[in-house]
This record gives sequence, structure tokens and C-alpha cells, in this order.
Amino acid sequence: MLPTLNGRIQTRIFMLVVFGGVITFLITPLLPGNDDVDLGFDGDSYQATYLILLTTLVLGIVWELIYHGIQQFRWEKDWPTMFGLITIVNEAALVWLLVDIGAVPGIEEDSVPFWAFFIDFSVIWFVIWVWTNGPMRVPFIRWRFFGGRIV
Amino acid sequence: MIDPSAASVVPTTDPSTYLPAQQITGDLNDQLLQSDFWTDEMVAAAGIPIVDIPFVTIGGGIGSFVTLDYLRIAGVPTSQMRVLSTLDFAWQTYEYLTRVSQVPRPERIRSDSASRPDNIWGFPSYGFAEGVRKLDPKVLWGLFSEPIFADYYTPKAGNVFEQLEREAKRIGYDERLVKGLVRIVRRRYGGGYFTILTPPEGASATKRVAFRSQYVHVAVGYPGLKFLPELQRYRTENNDYRHIVNAYEAHEHVYERLVQHPSTVLVRGGGIVASRILQRLMDDREKFGAQTNIVHLFRTYITGTNDGYGNEADPRPGGGRTRVFMRRRGGNGWAYQGFNYPKSVWGGQLKAQVRQLEGEQRAELYKRMGGTNTPWRKSWQRQMNQGRREGWYNCVVGTVDDMQPNGERIVNQIRTAQGVVPVEVDFVIDCTGLEADIAEHRLLKDLLEHGGASRNPVGRLNVDRNFELIGTTSGTGAMYASGATTLGGYFPGVDTFLGLQVAAQEIYGDLAKRGFCKRLGPVRSTTQWWKWLAGSAP
Repeated sequence: MLPTLNGRIQTRIFMLVVFGGVITFLITPLLPGNDDVDLGFDGDSYQATYLILLTTLVLGIVWELIYHGIQQFRWEKDWPTMFGLITIVNEAALVWLLVDIGAVPGIEEDSVPFWAFFIDFSVIWFVIWVWTNGPMRVPFIRWRFFGGRIV
Repeated sequence: MIDPSAASVVPTTDPSTYLPAQQITGDLNDQLLQSDFWTDEMVAAAGIPIVDIPFVTIGGGIGSFVTLDYLRIAGVPTSQMRVLSTLDFAWQTYEYLTRVSQVPRPERIRSDSASRPDNIWGFPSYGFAEGVRKLDPKVLWGLFSEPIFADYYTPKAGNVFEQLEREAKRIGYDERLVKGLVRIVRRRYGGGYFTILTPPEGASATKRVAFRSQYVHVAVGYPGLKFLPELQRYRTENNDYRHIVNAYEAHEHVYERLVQHPSTVLVRGGGIVASRILQRLMDDREKFGAQTNIVHLFRTYITGTNDGYGNEADPRPGGGRTRVFMRRRGGNGWAYQGFNYPKSVWGGQLKAQVRQLEGEQRAELYKRMGGTNTPWRKSWQRQMNQGRREGWYNCVVGTVDDMQPNGERIVNQIRTAQGVVPVEVDFVIDCTGLEADIAEHRLLKDLLEHGGASRNPVGRLNVDRNFELIGTTSGTGAMYASGATTLGGYFPGVDTFLGLQVAAQEIYGDLAKRGFCKRLGPVRSTTQWWKWLAGSAP
């Protein structure tokens, strides 16, 4: 990708709202529970997964500032395809930490099973990564030439 | 294709072949030639037939192709557009230049995976399509890990041409093509333009045909490539066009000779073309046992991190070294860069940055990110390292003061930091790629003198952010330009596949505002993409 800071943030919000929103809706009832928690088609489960999505979005804007800073050291001022995928490691780790210790308002400590979080986060991340690296160019023909800006 | 005695290598079909020998009616007269604006009556009085077409694109290379493709997809009917060109197909000049500079169809060009002139969306990219078609995990891994763990993916020239051919058929490009040479475009009283076409002999009843249009697009490509003055002098004084060649002219005889006879070759230049020529010379050593000694002459020898001003220690405005945030890798003489500009000029930070800059500041950033460069490729590094080890690849740093013949050989007096050194060689291959001034092109010269066009801070055609030629407006009409002739504008990287597409998108956007074509919103764009995939007409 060849993002500008503005484009990064716009793309981040667009992707998490559109794809994150839809995938979260579909995937939540299918996520595995554990001995203490059952997830399903109910308000509590959706509250947890949508709050995870929101946390990723808010923290993501901070992450984008950091990535933009790192990008300045690159002569090409690009953001290699691989970086877009592997940044799942740091981002997921931080969100999981906050979720697990109960630091996210609305999610209680130990209320989200690890594997449920893992699957939820990975599926959304992977779909967004694939979409960003190709198909996004089809409906939004100006997007790739304008640093990832949508408006 | 090329007159060997000419000072400029212009890879276009000789225009004189289009001029009929005897005087016939319908020709330009003095009144027309001297007027900046023409009336319909003036053209009619000269006996020149007038053809009404709302949009003409002049050039007929990949610039014209991409623009026409965009507009066709944006819903402009085929009847409203014409391509005026001496070329038979859009990639003719491109294929000629790549072939002689040692990129035949099976070799890979220096271009990004997603810059597809046959696909305005760039999806699927060349690399993705190749990886999936051949089920080749290596290609897909390369795409994923470039440029960190793999060299940048680049498409094969042959694949590019085949895909262009497919798209040309899909959009009915050939039916839009009108053969002939264009040297004059003049503004019309009442708006729009007259474009004067000289058709091939016998193709029309008159010597010239005038296309009356509201919009004109100029995409005539490189005005020409110049030889270095000392090389040109040697060629003409000694009438020797065999031993001193430009990489962009056909020079297969050099390689044939090298395979038969152990010889020494002087390669001049430090860019992508020099890399290609070296690869050919070294491949011939490996494959055919040629005993070629290579002397590689750099004017600027890059030793490490650098920018467009040169090495760390080289002088730059404001003094000092390269900026931490603005330096690229280099070594062994070369400055290394994946493509001919830092990648983000085609859509990211540098594109956004240059778009805001004017005059001096813009020229400064161009300079800083510019400079001759070439990609770092594993295979090239291996060959050069072998050559250095075995002593048949040597570098010299300097400029050539003088050249004299010595029998069949040439003695170059090379001025180096240690004084003047004579270097005797059998052949000289010039890969310096010195570009001619835009005024060498007759159409561009005419536009500068009579069309209201002007030059930008880098000396090329001055275009606005929407690629409209500044100063050429005529009533409700507009004239656009894209490609190499517009280098130095608000968008760098114009002379590349992706650059032509960026330009085409801006031109389409401007024409959509004027109501000439439809907007490519998400729905139309997606529908059109499916049509592209299915291979059905837009």
C-alpha cells in the first residue's frame, strides 16, 4: 500500500466499520465458549465482540500514527504488503491484554474466552487485509492513487 | 527505423514517407501557419476537409491507449473518439525500445505488479494473476514479502503486450485508430481545436485532414534520445556507427561480434538500461562462452546511502548529508531503487506532497528523489560479483575528454580523479539515456510557439493537476497532455504505466465534470470490472 496518514486513518475506519461490522455480526454466535462462558446469539456476546471491534478501531488510530512514523524511514514511503498482515501481532496482543484484564469499559475481566477472541480478531483482520490489497481498488477507483483516502 | 547519422534517436516511423511527392490541394498555407487561432472558413478555404470528432488523442502509444480505455469505460461512445497515430498498435514503440535495450518478450520489465495499462483498476495485479494461473507459490510468496525478503515482482514484457492486445480488442481500439502524422494543433475561433493530420500517401484525397474537436489529448512520448556530444562527434567524424552505439538503437551486431571475438566493451551509464546491457553481456559469457571484458564508466560513483544529489558527502543545497528520512541504499557505483521513482509518487505520500508544491520547491524535491538508479536484483548482483572476482568486469569513474580511433579500436581519454587515463576498447555502448528537449518534437514546438503552451520548472510541458495544458484553453474546449513530455508537474512519475493511468484518471475526472463522460462511482466501476474480467465490451 502507498498510504498517507489521512488515507491510513480513513481506510482503517472504513474497513473496520464495514467489514468488521458485518463479520462481527455473522461470526459472534459461532465463536467457541469455555467452561465458564457461553457465547451465542445474545446481547451480551454481541456487546463483547462489538466492544472489541471498537477498541481495535480507537487504538488503531494511534497505531496508524506510529506506523506512519515508521514509514518515514523508508525511502519509498510505502507500506509493504507483509506489514499490513503482521501488524496483527502487536495490535491483537494489546487488545487482548486490555480485554483480559477488564480494562475495556463494558467488558468484564475474564468474560471473553481466548479462542473466541483469537478467531474473531484473526478472521476480521485477514479479510480486511485481503480486501485492502486488491479488491478495494475495484469499487473505489481513486482510492489507490490518493493515499488510501475515501473522501 | 532510425537514421544512424541523426543526432537524436527518435523511434518513430520516418515522417517523410507520408508526404506525397507532388503538390495536391488541401494543404496548409502561410495564413494558417502564422495564425494562432483558426476559423472554420480559413481551414475550408485552404481546401482541407474537416472531420468532426469530440475527442482526439495524438500519439497512439500507451498514453493514448490508457486514456481511451478510461474514457471508454466511463461510457464515451466509440464514435466520439479517435486516435491519431503513425503506430499500428499502442505498444509498438514501447516494444521496440524494450527489445533493443535487452528486454525481449520473455524478460521482465521494471514495473510494479499492480500497474497494468490494460486494466484501470490494477486488480488482479500481474503478479497475482501469474501466481494463480501457474499455481506458483514462489510468485505469491514474492508478492507477499516484497521488497523485504524478495525482489519486487515485475511482469514479463510479453505478458504485458498480450494483455494489452486483449484489452485493445475488447474496447475496439483499432476501429478508433486513424493513421497519419500530426504536427499542428491550433485553437479554433469559437472554441475547440483543429488537429491537422497528414495521412499516409493515397489514404485520402487531400494532403491534410483537419479534425475539429472540443478536446485534444497529446501523448507523443519521449521527444527523442540524445547521444552524448563526444560520442556523436566521434560517430560523424569517423563515420563509425558500428562500434559506438546507443542502447536504444538496434545493436545486435555488437553481441554477435562479441561471441565470435574476445573483445572489450565500454558501457556508459548507471541506470536500468546499463543494468540490462550488462546482464546481456554477462549472460552471453555464461551461455555462449563469450570472452568479453567489460569496462563500466560511471560519471557519479555511488558508494553507499544517497539521494538525488549523490553520495553523503556530495554538495547539496543547505549543505550537509542526506536526510535520515530521505535516503536510499547504494553501493558499487549504483543507487538502488525498485522502480524509477520512490514508490509512493504513484499514490502515497510523495504524490500528495508534490501536488502541493510550486516552482523551486517542486524542482528541489524532484532533484532530491531523482538521480540515476537501478533495482537491486539477486541475479545481477551475482553476475557482477563474479565479474569482479574473475577480473573481467571493471569500473572507472569519470568523464570522457576525447576519443580517437586506433585501427578497429577506440581510445577513450577518461578524466578521472587521478588524471586522464587512456582506455582502449572495441565497442562503446551508451546507456546514459540523455533525453532531447521537448522542442525537438515538431508538434510540441508548435504548441509552445502557437498553441499557448508553456514550460514547467523542469523545462517540459506545463500541465495543471488535471493534466490540462496550461494556457491552451479554447472556449469550452480543453487540451490535455500526459506522459514523458509533462515531467516536472504536480505529479512525478508521469513516464510510467501507472503514471499514464494516474493522468488518465485525472483527465477522465475533468471530462466527467464537463459532462463528456459518466462518473465511475462504485456501482459503475464494479460492473465495468466484471465486464473486463469476462472480456465483454464496455
